[in-house]
Amino acid sequence: MKKVCTGNEAAAYAVLLSQPDVICAYPITPQSRIPEMLAEFNAKGLLKGKLVNTESEMGAISYILGASAAGVRVFTATSSQGLAWMHEGLHYISGSHLPAVMVNVNRPLAAPWNLTCDQSDSLAQRDTGWMQYYCESNQEVLDTVIQAYKVSESIGLPSMVCMDGVYLSYVSESVDIPDQNKVDRYIPPYRPSFRIPGRSFKLYERDSPEAGGYKIGGWDPLISLMREKYELHKLESRCLDAFTGANEEYRQLFGRGYLPVEEFRCSDAELVLVMAGSSVGTGKYVVNALRERGRKVGLVKLKMFRPFPGELIKRALSGKTRIVVIERDISPGQCGIFFQELKWALQGVPGKIYGFVSGLGGADITPALIEKAVTFAANNEPQDNAIWLGLNKAGPDDDYDRNTIKIS
Amino acid sequence: MTMTGIQSKYPEGEYIFPPPGGHMACPGCPLPVALRYILKVLGRKAVVVNPPGCTALLTGLLRNPADNRGESVQGLSVPFGSSATCAAGLKAALNARGETDRQVVAFTGDGATFDIGLQSLSACAERNEDIIYVCCDNEGYQNTGNQRSSATPAGAVTSTTPFPVTKLERKKDIMLMMAAHMVPYAASSTVAYPDDMIRKIQEARDTAGFRFLYFLTPCVTGWQFPSHLTVKVARLAVQTRVFPLFEIRNGSITGIKDEAEVLPVENYVRLQGRFKHFTRQDIEKMQTSVDQKWSYLKHLEAYTKR
Repeated sequence: MKKVCTGNEAAAYAVLLSQPDVICAYPITPQSRIPEMLAEFNAKGLLKGKLVNTESEMGAISYILGASAAGVRVFTATSSQGLAWMHEGLHYISGSHLPAVMVNVNRPLAAPWNLTCDQSDSLAQRDTGWMQYYCESNQEVLDTVIQAYKVSESIGLPSMVCMDGVYLSYVSESVDIPDQNKVDRYIPPYRPSFRIPGRSFKLYERDSPEAGGYKIGGWDPLISLMREKYELHKLESRCLDAFTGANEEYRQLFGRGYLPVEEFRCSDAELVLVMAGSSVGTGKYVVNALRERGRKVGLVKLKMFRPFPGELIKRALSGKTRIVVIERDISPGQCGIFFQELKWALQGVPGKIYGFVSGLGGADITPALIEKAVTFAANNEPQDNAIWLGLNKAGPDDDYDRNTIKIS
Repeated sequence: MTMTGIQSKYPEGEYIFPPPGGHMACPGCPLPVALRYILKVLGRKAVVVNPPGCTALLTGLLRNPADNRGESVQGLSVPFGSSATCAAGLKAALNARGETDRQVVAFTGDGATFDIGLQSLSACAERNEDIIYVCCDNEGYQNTGNQRSSATPAGAVTSTTPFPVTKLERKKDIMLMMAAHMVPYAASSTVAYPDDMIRKIQEARDTAGFRFLYFLTPCVTGWQFPSHLTVKVARLAVQTRVFPLFEIRNGSITGIKDEAEVLPVENYVRLQGRFKHFTRQDIEKMQTSVDQKWSYLKHLEAYTKR
């Protein structure tokens, strides 16, 4: 069934279809429509799980921590400041190897206040052990939430599905709402047979192979924390395969799917744009326009950010002359976060790589700006520092390093 | 841990098993006793939720796989600031799984209750979450070395309120805050009164909705008294009316325990190193404040009876 819905509504429909047992989402702009809609579904008896209006985002993440630990399907949604406040709980959930699905509507953190979009909120949580997916469209939001349950519950790790604030959360698109029976087949009700499904920590006898011991997330002797992190890292690295498998199954059932790293007109491209989130659509538009003018350009869309699909990225970008990253975040004092990680993945790969920071705080990443980035990359050497794309209001007394490039 | 003599009066089950060489609480610490009574009453199916703090150090009491003395309960470690909410989530999940007969207990200290977790506590009380919240009040962040909390009494020396300034602010009244939330059941007790404590845990078990158990657990190292005096200090807290034992039902104060003989607060104060700088004036000030609180409580109780 097709419906015109915003990203928030698409997320809410995905939750309705997934029927979590426990749902907690504290409202925050630009995500509030999600908890509102879930409450409406709940009031109508459509969403059968327990819906709790918690006292805060810390409350929401704590509630689902407790619920997931007892072995039921859980959901939460947040954004920006709310995600930051959940930070501690994020570690508890991943460290205890518990499944959970969260929708994060990307919005920057104050100060200064900004209610629109960039991805610095979720990227700041990259080291928490949560899987992270960035979505291009509202349809992708809906599908990814359902897929995330499949992956999270099979692996025993939490997933964060990210959509751009305002650009997706408030913008309506046509979205296909899948059939409930099919979703039920794809993700049957989650009822792990063991009492407490997470990773058990024992104070004594660390080497006992016995599972399901007394306590999860418990105090761990310092000597074995290395091993716990190793286990988490190992588990995380399995998520790529789990996602690929879950996506293939989804494609067979629903006729669509999303690759962790998607190549768009890349096969003969010399210059490739690398983007994540809603601006991918604009990027594809620019690629098409430049192709019409005979330019050999392509685009790589990063859907999966954690675990980082380094090999796939390397495969997609090997042999390209110029790689142009355009991203909605900045790590102050360093450069864009996707840019950093890409440089890591592309070590030893010939090709010039450019890191553009753009669209912070909801600024438009327009086709014209993307073209400017392409033109700059075609005619200049790469920079180690971030290149500021669309910065048109640096003050006249700006005395920051004259080698820093600002393109308005 | 020997409890000979009282064992037969109470539920028989044992769910805490100190490992060989002893548990991790300090000598004279009443926390293992509190946990033991709670689990005796709630039984095998209880689930314990534990934030950081002294109570978390008792983790090893719950089960030591090295011996087979018995089965303990299950538990979950949770963030410092949200014990109540985590417990509520766990309870909701157990209900969803059809395991509705399992009690979920948040076993916390005053730091997790009065300070960092107050919002979580208040929210769960407001939503009337079906959990038992236990606060073991040792009047400071004792696990990290006796820093002040908002449960530390005025005048006490702690590692963050050193002499000569000491703690200037008076102690928060958590019980009256719970009364203001109109919770179905709240009760204060202490290890010096095991009968009272067991009865109140039973009351909590048999009441539905949000239940708050508030235990004074004197701290040997933080309060600075000899480790064999724990029970005496706890009893003096009640006899001097520093720590009144009472209950709250649906917001109403009831059952304030009157001692046959009321002792001056000086008896309580003089046993503890944290008050050793107290002058006659300081003691009088404390006495006044204790008397005022007592008459206020009695007034509230009279209102309930009306």
